[in-house]
Amino acid sequence: MGRDLHCLTLHAAADGLARGDFTSVELTTALLDRISSIDANIGAFLTVTADAALSQAAAADARRATGEVNRLDGLPIAIKDVLSTAGVETTCGSRMLQGFIPPYDATVIRHLRTAGAVMLGKTNMDEFAMGSSNEYSAYKVVRNPWDLGRVPGGSSGGSAAAVAADECLAALGSDTGGSVRQPAALCGCVGLKPTYGRVSRYGLIAFASSLDQVGTLTKDVSDAAMLLGAIAGHDSRDSTSVDTPVFNYLADSDDGLHDLKIGVAPQYFGKGLAPSVGSKVREAIGTLVDAGATEREISLTHTELALPAYYVIAPSEASANLARYNGVKYGLSDVNASDVDEMMAGVRAEGFGSEVKRRIMLGAFALSSGYYDAFYLRAQKVRTLIKDDFDAAFEQVDVIATPTAPTPAFELGSKLGDPVAMYQSDIMTLPASLAGLPCISVPCGFVEGLPVGFQLIAPAFEEERLLRIARLFERFRGDMEAPAREVDSL
Amino acid sequence: MTIDRDEVDHVAALARLKLSDDERETLRVELGQIVTAFEALADVDTDDILPTAQVIPLVNVERDDVAIKSLPRDEVLRNAPRVEDGQIYVPPVLDETS
Repeated sequence: MGRDLHCLTLHAAADGLARGDFTSVELTTALLDRISSIDANIGAFLTVTADAALSQAAAADARRATGEVNRLDGLPIAIKDVLSTAGVETTCGSRMLQGFIPPYDATVIRHLRTAGAVMLGKTNMDEFAMGSSNEYSAYKVVRNPWDLGRVPGGSSGGSAAAVAADECLAALGSDTGGSVRQPAALCGCVGLKPTYGRVSRYGLIAFASSLDQVGTLTKDVSDAAMLLGAIAGHDSRDSTSVDTPVFNYLADSDDGLHDLKIGVAPQYFGKGLAPSVGSKVREAIGTLVDAGATEREISLTHTELALPAYYVIAPSEASANLARYNGVKYGLSDVNASDVDEMMAGVRAEGFGSEVKRRIMLGAFALSSGYYDAFYLRAQKVRTLIKDDFDAAFEQVDVIATPTAPTPAFELGSKLGDPVAMYQSDIMTLPASLAGLPCISVPCGFVEGLPVGFQLIAPAFEEERLLRIARLFERFRGDMEAPAREVDSL
Repeated sequence: MTIDRDEVDHVAALARLKLSDDERETLRVELGQIVTAFEALADVDTDDILPTAQVIPLVNVERDDVAIKSLPRDEVLRNAPRVEDGQIYVPPVLDETS
């Protein structure tokens, strides 16, 4: 039996299980061993559910013995701690929810269970999914597997690092303004954010409800397609989930890239972009062009306004969503407080970390009387302009290519004192989030030993097109010559 | 744009956040910086633009008025900080003298 089972992709592991090369128990054991041996140095997991994982694996093996095989049967996956898991502590990276045991599964978790997946545990994240470096976790830092002195990105930093360090075959994350794509780029994995409405948000702990979407972190594009196929679909428990057909995202086609028009907007290649990252992304676009696609220059005029618009809208929604953490029904509490107001203000002072407080304050400010028109309403109007830019661009092109993040992974601590600089890590991912579009970050090379990702953006509900193009890119790109990962020297 | 202490206190009260003196000062400065970085929003002509609150083509999603089974009460209350007689206990909401 191979010793490197933990390094497999989802689809390679599925093939291996089907051939009988190994069992799910062996595969799951290999990943649990990997987590035990390295995660103290990575910090990707907040909770490891080893016993439950092994019994799910044994059940998958037993099913397989009787000939029943579901689409993710026996495949070990990690879950961002923002998703409710029945009976398993769900903290959202916050002291506020320490010890919280959800009474129900998120819809995506229910789908994974039905598909036969094995759940390894819950991954670390920025508190309430607010952050771009994972340094705002209330529990511990996550380190980038390529360079342990650097951040993995955020807020799904634990999921991205776990995939990049081979601690799971794939992971679920959530993406509000880039929280799947940016850590995927910084850790060298594939990050998919589906269209807003494609995947149910039921049981996804709310941050900014008009933007939040469950996404996937995987080792390649086919794995992203496999996972999306399992979690996508309409859910009557989420009135923002859209009843539109879910395709076989894995279906291959021989269409190639001829007839494909790729939009490239100068607004994504200007101020703030590290030149070395820009040239890797240009090379990736060149790869698609060499394979037969046509490059078209497009203009996404309002791109620069996405940052202020997002950082008004998302905190405003967050300030409302996080009002529920008041010590009454669950989470941190102080039932001995002299009155209910004192309990609420005190619990929130103690339970929330600095970034969450900052966003709540920012949101409450933007919504407050006298500032609502100047900030919140204006940001929503700018959101319209950003969406209109994309609608116009997709009249001319099939897909848009941009960098995912302006720089490779930065050093731990380097942006903690400067919230605006931290927010700028998201400038490339925010516009498509505001427009609700499906996007994917795919690795396209390395700069100074660190991975670089590039982002493809497609029209709403065109995940099939997005994944097909991303997979063709991966094929034409071929295997990349990767530098040494620091995790391998542990 | 500068934000003063009173504004920070007002917003903190709206958000039910008890802030330490250090936090009040830090947030005063940081909110000022963030809002200043956002001044570009004010320069956009948005007079004839409708606001976008959400991006999906759905309006007024309804369901049939059919009762469905909910979770057992004990399970729902399991995370409650304090339970009395199958109900959630909270500190006094009204002053006893009022």
